[in-house]
Amino acid sequence: MAARLIVYVMAAIALLPLSLVLLFTVVKGLPALTHLEFFTNVERPVGIPGAGIAHAFMGTIVMVGIASLMALPVGVVAGVQLVEYGTGRIGDGVRLACDVLVGIPSIVIGLFIYALLVAPLHHFSALSGSVALAVLMLPVVVRTTEGAVGLVPGALREAGLALGLARWRVALQLILPAAIPGVVTGALLAVARAAGETAPLLFTAFGNRFMNLDPSKATSALPLIVYHDALTPFPDLVTTAWGAALVLVMLTLLVNLTSRAVLRRQIRMAGRI
Amino acid sequence: MAIAEAAPSAARVPRQPDGFRTWTTVVSLAAPLVLILIVLVVGSNAVPALREFGPGFLWARTWNPVKDTFGALPFIIGTLITAFLGLAMALPVGVGVAVFLAEQGAPRIRGAIGTGVELLAAIPSVVYGIWGLYVLAPWLLLHVSRPLSERLGAIPAFSGPARQTNLLIASIVIAVMVLPTLSSISRDVIKAVPGGLREAGVALGATWWETIWKVVLPAARMGIFGATVLALGRALGETMAVTMTIGNRNDIPTSLLGPANTLASVIANEFSEATGSIYPAALIELGLVLMLVTLTVNIGALLLVRKVTRDVKL
Repeated sequence: MAARLIVYVMAAIALLPLSLVLLFTVVKGLPALTHLEFFTNVERPVGIPGAGIAHAFMGTIVMVGIASLMALPVGVVAGVQLVEYGTGRIGDGVRLACDVLVGIPSIVIGLFIYALLVAPLHHFSALSGSVALAVLMLPVVVRTTEGAVGLVPGALREAGLALGLARWRVALQLILPAAIPGVVTGALLAVARAAGETAPLLFTAFGNRFMNLDPSKATSALPLIVYHDALTPFPDLVTTAWGAALVLVMLTLLVNLTSRAVLRRQIRMAGRI
Repeated sequence: MAIAEAAPSAARVPRQPDGFRTWTTVVSLAAPLVLILIVLVVGSNAVPALREFGPGFLWARTWNPVKDTFGALPFIIGTLITAFLGLAMALPVGVGVAVFLAEQGAPRIRGAIGTGVELLAAIPSVVYGIWGLYVLAPWLLLHVSRPLSERLGAIPAFSGPARQTNLLIASIVIAVMVLPTLSSISRDVIKAVPGGLREAGVALGATWWETIWKVVLPAARMGIFGATVLALGRALGETMAVTMTIGNRNDIPTSLLGPANTLASVIANEFSEATGSIYPAALIELGLVLMLVTLTVNIGALLLVRKVTRDVKL
């Protein structure tokens, strides 16, 4: 009985940090969200009320959007390839590379893109930030696509091939559509992860106090606001940082919880067939 | 189950010369290519520093950009202390949760706790940073760090004045952040332990606890070790939350209650302000060291976990 108690206590301890982080982010971030200007204005000089995070919000949307355009098609095709043909050495190598890529510290990705794109071009840009985020998203998309496509029953593939369909038709028009819910949720998880990344943006997108939608110029992002404003000594800015943190947390939790529900349903359905 | 059924049937289809196969394979090589490119680009940009300082960079004790003296030792020590202390705190909880998730409780509670722990991984690092800095740090200073330094100040690890941002809090934040990695992989490994072993334990009259402690966990130990090493990789490279809570001091840490820096945090903190040619190169070399260490750790852990889950399933 005591042993069971220890295990229960461990489980409770594990839930403690999540509840504390959520609680304090809501308590400290909510005051910033109460005035609507928070979503429509950009940063203001310290002491002047009405500061907002619109520029960071748009920056995150633009950068994550461009990153998705780069990472999602490549990642989905690679994931399909792993299921269709990935039984040999190349497939194993790609899988290992993806798993290793996920483990590379995001700050190193930031250094990599800085050396590759920022230093040669002599200025920070949203585009370089997007490339950094795409590098982070790619392995996640590959592996989640592989998982989702792999759940499609083999009988469907055999039926398609038996009808004389070409291999690419079977893979892209039969198997992939059947796996779409899982593929989309995997993509959403990757997007949510990218939206919360700070370290790769520090020396690529760099940050900007004003609204900027031009991908060739330095741009702010939600996590950059949290980092920069939290480390200032001004209470106004710290409140802005908490507000941005709350927006980030709500976004990531929303995406995670919905995608989890969808994935669970798909796994259940795949089990039934 | 479905995966196990789908994969072999894909293999059974006869191979034909196939343009689709070729171009998808080329696309799938993107990930390995990016990986190689990262190693090459980071490595080549560290060359000026590699040439200037040689291998002594790794054990030089001083980091003073003003005098162009660069040594990695303070950050290597800071990284190792935070990573291992964080792991030591997370390991019992992570394995406890894994046992709970694999063996215990009503499915509903189990699902809730599993989801809760996995959501820990979804929260952005920078949010842990602001929480650690404004919530955990003041509380920890009052209730843990100060009492520790007052009562146990004679022990070197707790010597010196207690600071609000220090190695201890960075380690705690790391512990929270590696918990999902530890518990979800350990859970899979524990679940993969054959039911027959468990039944044999119970049939011999062992209690639930004895079965877990003496049969299941020993059978799963290699896998749990692999999960720990994977978590170590995460812990070594954790950046934002650590940068915001560790205090950012570039000396060799002497006390857990004082400020320090890790490889990742000093890069995050100083790189955008690094001027000249040798200073940025030295920071990139720190990144190179960090990358090579995490690469080695991760590849080792991945191979181990793969081998274990494959062996156990047979």
